[in-house]
Amino acid sequence: MKGLTLIVKTITDFVVAFIVVFGAYIVLYGHLTPGGGFAGGVIIACAFILLMLGHGKEVAFSRLGERLAHVLDSAGALAFLIIGWIGFWGGYFFLNVFGRGEQFRLISSGMILPINIAIAFKVGTSLFIVFAALAIFRRRSFRSMIEDELS
Amino acid sequence: MENITPQLYTLLVFMVIGSIVAIETRNLLSAVISVSAVGFALSVAFLFLGAPDIAITQLVVEILVLIILIRGTILLDNTAVELHRDTLAVIVTLIFFGLILGFGAMIFGSRGFPAFGEPLMSVSRVYVMRGLPETHAANIVTSVILDYRAYDTMGEATVLFGSILGALALLRKDGKVAKKEVVPA
Repeated sequence: MKGLTLIVKTITDFVVAFIVVFGAYIVLYGHLTPGGGFAGGVIIACAFILLMLGHGKEVAFSRLGERLAHVLDSAGALAFLIIGWIGFWGGYFFLNVFGRGEQFRLISSGMILPINIAIAFKVGTSLFIVFAALAIFRRRSFRSMIEDELS
Repeated sequence: MENITPQLYTLLVFMVIGSIVAIETRNLLSAVISVSAVGFALSVAFLFLGAPDIAITQLVVEILVLIILIRGTILLDNTAVELHRDTLAVIVTLIFFGLILGFGAMIFGSRGFPAFGEPLMSVSRVYVMRGLPETHAANIVTSVILDYRAYDTMGEATVLFGSILGALALLRKDGKVAKKEVVPA
């Protein structure tokens, strides 16, 4: 049996959805309450890492494939850059040209919300990739790397 | 604002002790745990200072780093690390530490330290006063890092992107070699 015990697996299945929803909340309300793209992205990455710790890497990769994670990582960085370029429409790089909307509403403050979402995709998937890389390549490479370092 | 200095000093002493334990201990796993304890104390200190944004980020990143580091150190059978003390390095460190203290005393000795949190800096005052009307973002921190200073945030995201790209390239090369060795056996 891959992964940890049945108790851990059951609780993981139950909790992962809530963690992802909480992370999405932290991202989407980043311009109204404490939080933002970075913190929310790390929380979402933690949900998938919990899945990988509890069930083993096959289940985690079936939810968020390695290829999809790479694409989302690059897409987040690219979206951030493109939103910055849109600023040229009004004058200069990163000018907040979108409508500001009504204060204290979810859809407000122009391009801050889209940038938060882009950062969340970028940070979340890249931290997941880091953990996945350590999990996949640990057998020989990571271990020998550390042993070389210490010897 | 009530006086929070005693709590901050308690956390500070705890963090200093944790750092010393992390450096001096022989067991790698104990060092990782002590570093994480320092990080958690730092996030509590941020909460006391009224910076929930930084506290959340610090806490979440600390959890992730703890998982990754424990996973990294637990693979090693021999967790004891031999410490190599280089006399020259210690001397150079002490000299530079003394220089930093000396310059600090020269700069601040004549003018004296301003009181903690006082006065409000002129730059941050502009952000606090004009942040909400200009960006319509209720969270001042977000309005600064994603509107006024969005360029810096993009640099930060680029650093993360580049470092992960480099780490993946290094790890992947080793992984492919390992796979090739496994197949004939």
